[in-house]
Amino acid sequence: MPETIAFLEPKQSVLSRRAAIIEDLADLLPRDCLISERRGLVPFETDAFIAYRQVPLAVVLPETTAEVAAVLRYCSRYGIPVVPRGAGTSLSGGAIPQADAVVIGLSKMSRILDIDFANRTATVQAGVTNLNISEAVSADGFFYAPDPSSQLACTIGGNIGMNSGGAHCLKYGVTTNNLLGVKMVLFDGTVIELGGKALDAPGYDLLGLVCGSEGQLGIVTEATVRLIAKPEGARPVLFGFPSSEEAGSCVAEVIGSGIIPVAIEFMDKPAISICEAFAHAGYPMDVEALLIVEVEGSEAEMEAMLSNIIEIARRHGVSTIKESQSATEAALIWKGRKSAFGATGRIADYICMDGTVPLGQLSHVLKKTSEIIDGYGLRVANVFHAGDGNMHPLILYNINDPEDAARAEAAGNDILKLCVDAGGCLTGEHGVGIEKRDLMLHQFSQADLDQQMAARAAFDPQWIMNPSKVFPLEGRPAA
Amino acid sequence: MQTNFTAAQLADPHVAESESILRKCVHCGFCTATCPTYVTLGNELDSPRGRIYLIKDMLENGRPADEEVVTHIDRCLSCLACMTTCPSGVNYMHLVDHARVHIENIYKRPLKDRLVRATLAAVLPYPSRFRLALKAARLGRPFAALLRRVPPLKAFGVMLDLAPRRIAPPSNAAQPGTRAAGAEKRGRVAILTGCAQPVLKPEINEATIRLLTRLGVEVVVPEGEGCCGALVHHMGREEQALVSARRNVDAWIKAADEGGLDAIVITASGCGTTIKDYGHMLRLDPAYAEKAARVSALAKDITEYLTSLDLPRQEAKNMTVAYHSACSMQHGQKITVAPKLLLKNAGFTVRDPAEGHLCCGSAGTYNILQPEISATLKARKVKNIEATKADIVATGNIGCITQIATGTRMPILHTVELLDWAYGGEKPALLQK
Repeated sequence: MPETIAFLEPKQSVLSRRAAIIEDLADLLPRDCLISERRGLVPFETDAFIAYRQVPLAVVLPETTAEVAAVLRYCSRYGIPVVPRGAGTSLSGGAIPQADAVVIGLSKMSRILDIDFANRTATVQAGVTNLNISEAVSADGFFYAPDPSSQLACTIGGNIGMNSGGAHCLKYGVTTNNLLGVKMVLFDGTVIELGGKALDAPGYDLLGLVCGSEGQLGIVTEATVRLIAKPEGARPVLFGFPSSEEAGSCVAEVIGSGIIPVAIEFMDKPAISICEAFAHAGYPMDVEALLIVEVEGSEAEMEAMLSNIIEIARRHGVSTIKESQSATEAALIWKGRKSAFGATGRIADYICMDGTVPLGQLSHVLKKTSEIIDGYGLRVANVFHAGDGNMHPLILYNINDPEDAARAEAAGNDILKLCVDAGGCLTGEHGVGIEKRDLMLHQFSQADLDQQMAARAAFDPQWIMNPSKVFPLEGRPAA
Repeated sequence: MQTNFTAAQLADPHVAESESILRKCVHCGFCTATCPTYVTLGNELDSPRGRIYLIKDMLENGRPADEEVVTHIDRCLSCLACMTTCPSGVNYMHLVDHARVHIENIYKRPLKDRLVRATLAAVLPYPSRFRLALKAARLGRPFAALLRRVPPLKAFGVMLDLAPRRIAPPSNAAQPGTRAAGAEKRGRVAILTGCAQPVLKPEINEATIRLLTRLGVEVVVPEGEGCCGALVHHMGREEQALVSARRNVDAWIKAADEGGLDAIVITASGCGTTIKDYGHMLRLDPAYAEKAARVSALAKDITEYLTSLDLPRQEAKNMTVAYHSACSMQHGQKITVAPKLLLKNAGFTVRDPAEGHLCCGSAGTYNILQPEISATLKARKVKNIEATKADIVATGNIGCITQIATGTRMPILHTVELLDWAYGGEKPALLQK
C-alpha cells in the first residue's frame, strides 16, 4: 500500500480500551449488529478507493436512528473517532476507516418511509440505494434525478455526504438541488432535523452546508428528496469523433449556445472498448471519442434539440451519429456507461480522478492529461460527464507493483492540479475524502480552509467525525 | 484488487486460479445491491464483496477457516446474481467453489451440522434412497413441528416439511434406452434424468420426451447416468462431485460416440449450470479434461434446444403465465429470453414478476441448511409472483418448483410442461382440476 497519504495517528487511549469499548457497544445494539473480530473487520478496511486501507476498531450496523444516536453519544464521551459508511462505493476513500475508529454502517437502515406524490417527495432511510428510490416510484411515472454511475448500489446517505452527481445532473442538478430535508445525528447523539418537504426552509440553509460535508457534521439517518415526473420520451444518441479534442470543443459549443440536453457523456477509445466488452451496447469502435447525448421530452422537442446539436457536431467533424432505436438499446447504452469504472477491472487496476474544468478548457485539459500520463509511462481511459466539465480520467496501473502504484498516484495529483490551474476544481462529485485531502491547499488559501474548519468545529468540536478526511493534517486547529 | 500470495502458494493451481479471479475485482460494490442475502441482512459480510474479502484473507494467510468465515460463506446461495451484475468479470462462482472445498477440507463443523450434511449427501443424489426417504417422511411428518423446535434436529424438521405429500411411482421416462423420433427425424439428444427431479416431478421429463419425439427428435436416456454432482459440489464435497461428473461424462460420451448427439438436454437449470462447468471442474484431470469440455459444450437447457428447432407460432391461449427465472437459468447460464419467447410463441401471455433477479431461497440444499433466510426470500418471491395476478407460474428448475409451491396456491409448472401441452400434448394434470 502506498503511504503518501497519512492517516491520523490512532489514539492510544482508544486502542488500549478496545475490549471495553466492544463490550459497551454490544450493550447498545441488537444481536448481529456489531462486528468486532479481526476477520470480520478486514472486509471493511476500504471502499472503492482500494489503494488505501485501514482495518477499523469495530463496525456497528444500527437499525434505528436511536441506535445511531446511542453509539455516537458513547463515542463522543470517550473521544472515539467515527467513520460513517453507506454502501462503501466511495472513489475518494470517504468511507475508509482508521485504526481507532468505529465504523457506523447504515446498510441495515434501508426502508422507504413515505412517498408523497402530492408534494412530489420521498422520505427514506439513509441506507436506501439511490436506484431503489426511482424504482419505488417508477410505476407512478416519477424518478429521483441525480444518478451516480454506482446508483445501483450507492446509498442516499452516501450521496448526501458527497453531494453526488451523475450523468443526468446536467439538467436536473446534483444531490443538493434535489434534497429537501434530513434527520441527522450530531457527534454527541443529539438528533436534529433540517429542511422539510418545501423547496426552502426558514433560517440558515444548514441543509446546504450538510450536503457534501463528507460525514463530518453528523450522520444522516433519514432524507426527504424531490421526485420528478418522468419525461414523455428520452433518447440517447451516440456521436463519434475522430479526436478527443474535437469532441471536447463540440461539447463547449453545445453548452455555450444555451442548449441543455439531459446528459452529455464522453468516452475516449480505451473507455469505449472497455464498456463495449461488458455491455455490448453497440458503441462505434472506429472512433477516437464518443459523446452520448440524451435528449428528452415530446417527439417534436427531441427532434428540435437533436437537429441543433447535430448541426453543431457537424461543425466539429463528427464522423458517426447513431440514435438508439429502442428502450432496450437505450438501456444498454447507459448500462455500458454506468459500468465503466467497474468494467475497467477487466484490464487493469485504476484510480479515478474527479477534476472539473470550465468547458472552454476541456480540449486543452484532455490533451495535457494524456501528456502527463505519457510522461509517467502509464495508460489512461477517459469517461466522464462532459456537459458539466466533470472529468474522470481513469489511470490504469498494477496495484501489485508498488512503483507503478506510486507513479499512478503522482500522475493523478498532477492531473488534479492541472484542473485547478485551468480554473476548475479538485472534485466534481466524488468528494475530497482521503484521496484529495492533501491537495486542498492547491485549491484554497489557508484562510479559506480555516473558515471551513471553523464551520466543521461548530458541529463537531471534538473532531471525532471522519477526522482523517477533507482537511490536510497540517494547519488544523490545535486539539 | 491487491493480492499477497507467495510463489509457493501460487504453485497450487486452485490458488493460482483464485488469485487471478481476485485480481479482477476492483471493489466497486455493485454486487452488493443484487445479492439476496445482503438485501435481506444488510451486512457486507453477507454480500459477494464481503465474502470475496473473507475468502482472500483466508487463502492468503493460509489460516484454517473459522466459524465467522464459514457462517458467511454458508449463507451464500450461489445464486450468482453477483456475476450478472459484476462489470469487472469476477468469476465469483469458481472462487466460492474453491472456498467451499477449502472449508470442507480443513474445517470441522459441529456434530449436528455434519450429521445433516452427511445425510443430504448420502440420500439426495440417489433416486432410490431419496424415494425411500420420502416414504419414511410421510410417517415422520406428524413430528416435523416437534423436530423444528429442537435446534440440533431443526434441519430434519424442515426436510419433513418440504417432502411432498404424494410420491409418484418410478417413471418410465427414467428407464435407460432410446425413444424413437415420432416424426421425420431431425435430431438426436441425450436427456439428463438426474436424481431428485425424477422422484419429485417425473412429469417434467415425461413431457420433454413426448414433446421432443413428437417434434422428430430421437431421445436417449443413457445407461449409467445419474446425479450431476451439483448438490454435493455446493457443499464443498469435491471428490464426490467429481465422481458423479466422471460417471456422467462416460455415459454421454458413449452415447455420443454410438449414434451422435446434437445436445445433452437438461430440464433442471441447477444441473445445467454444473454440467456446463464440467470442463472446468475436470480441467486438471488429464484423462477427462477433453471429454468433459466436450460434454459441457453439448449441454443445453431444454429451452435452448427447443429454440434451435424453430417451433411454429401457436394461437393465443387465454392464459397468463408468471415466468420465474431460476437463478441457475438467468445468472448461471445467462438464459433470459429463450424460455419467455417460447412461451409467448406457444400462445401464453407472459409476465415478469418484480425483483426477478432475486433468488427464491431454494438454492439446492439451502432451504434445508439455512431455513430462516430461505423462508424470508420465499415470502418475498411469492409476494412478487402473486402480484402479477397471473393464472400460473412457469419456471425451469425443480428446486424453485418445490420451494415456491410450498408458499403459494398458484399452480407452478415447468416451462416444458406448458410447451408440451401447447404443441399437441395433454393438458398438464395440475391444470385439469
